Amino acid sequence: MKRFLHFLILLVVWVMLTWSVHWQDLLVGFVVALLAEIMLGDIFPTGVVKVFYPRRFFWLVVYSVDFFWYVILANFDVAYRVLNIYLPIRPGIVKVRTRLKTDMARTFLANSITLTPGTLCVDFVGDHIYVHWINITSEDPEEETELIVRKFEKLLERIFE
Amino acid sequence: MSESIGLGLLIVGIAFDVVGCIGLVRLPDIYNRLQAATKCVTLGTCMILLSVVFYTGIGPISSKAVLCIWFVLLTSPTGAHAIARAAHRSGIRLWEGSFMDKYAEDHEGTEDKV
Amino acid sequence: MSVFIALLIFCTFLCLYRVGKGPTAPDRTVAIDILGTLVVGFAAIFSIITKKDIYMNIGISWALLSFIGTLALAKYLEGRGFDE
Repeated sequence: MKRFLHFLILLVVWVMLTWSVHWQDLLVGFVVALLAEIMLGDIFPTGVVKVFYPRRFFWLVVYSVDFFWYVILANFDVAYRVLNIYLPIRPGIVKVRTRLKTDMARTFLANSITLTPGTLCVDFVGDHIYVHWINITSEDPEEETELIVRKFEKLLERIFE
Repeated sequence: MSESIGLGLLIVGIAFDVVGCIGLVRLPDIYNRLQAATKCVTLGTCMILLSVVFYTGIGPISSKAVLCIWFVLLTSPTGAHAIARAAHRSGIRLWEGSFMDKYAEDHEGTEDKV
Repeated sequence: MSVFIALLIFCTFLCLYRVGKGPTAPDRTVAIDILGTLVVGFAAIFSIITKKDIYMNIGISWALLSFIGTLALAKYLEGRGFDE
């Protein structure tokens, strides 16, 4: 079941790349997707299939909208800091803690942290993430965790855990 | 109608690209440069690709543009993360005006081994 | 359209300035990574002008290859083997 879903995703990517439903193109896509799945199927992450349950998919849509809003905010934040003559930055590396366990959820969390306002994920050690923050506003680890991680963690828990 | 939406997206995207590259030149150390450049150039390029969808309508070009948006969104933060970690492990310090560095405090001695 | 291409070329020169000047090796790596993403933008604008999909093929392959190149450079900077 899991392998079949991977195969379908690969086939959809192939159809989007060639943009034709002629049977010869479909046959080549079929063979290529099958080969890729047989050779590399065991290195795909295991949590991907869970997303296609309806409830989790709904939360994925909510998460995407939320994520794009924060990405746009982040860009205006960076534009303000870069174009200001005095460079109002106060950088440093802080350490936050996450509750997420699965690899897929952690990957999404790290990418979300990197694209949201003023933060950049540097390293993962156990349950802790080291985050480079361009404008540190607090020195308390709990408060930092609240500010950086919580807003995504709640949604990602519903999607991937 | 859809062409004017595409033109607007194109202008905003290229403005973000320019801001990101100015940040790459102006900011003081590698981590800040990485922040500005990654965020702004990723969203700028995604907006340019989205404007391709509005200009050409549904067809082979726009389906490839959608795939390209997905790849850029997925790969660019991962690359930034890899560069940041490599820079810190290879011993690049933060800018002198930085506020704190928990990572160096926790890994005090491990830098010499690597 | 030529105004947009001129602005992107301006961006490219800012990146090249950082490649040439950058005090450390990771600075140059960041600039090269950003240069790769800018090339995808070039490809998109060319595909708008010519209405041909070959430029989007170039964009997709360039995005993936520049990602692999960035990862290889990062591994090299870290001083580890490529198999980890």
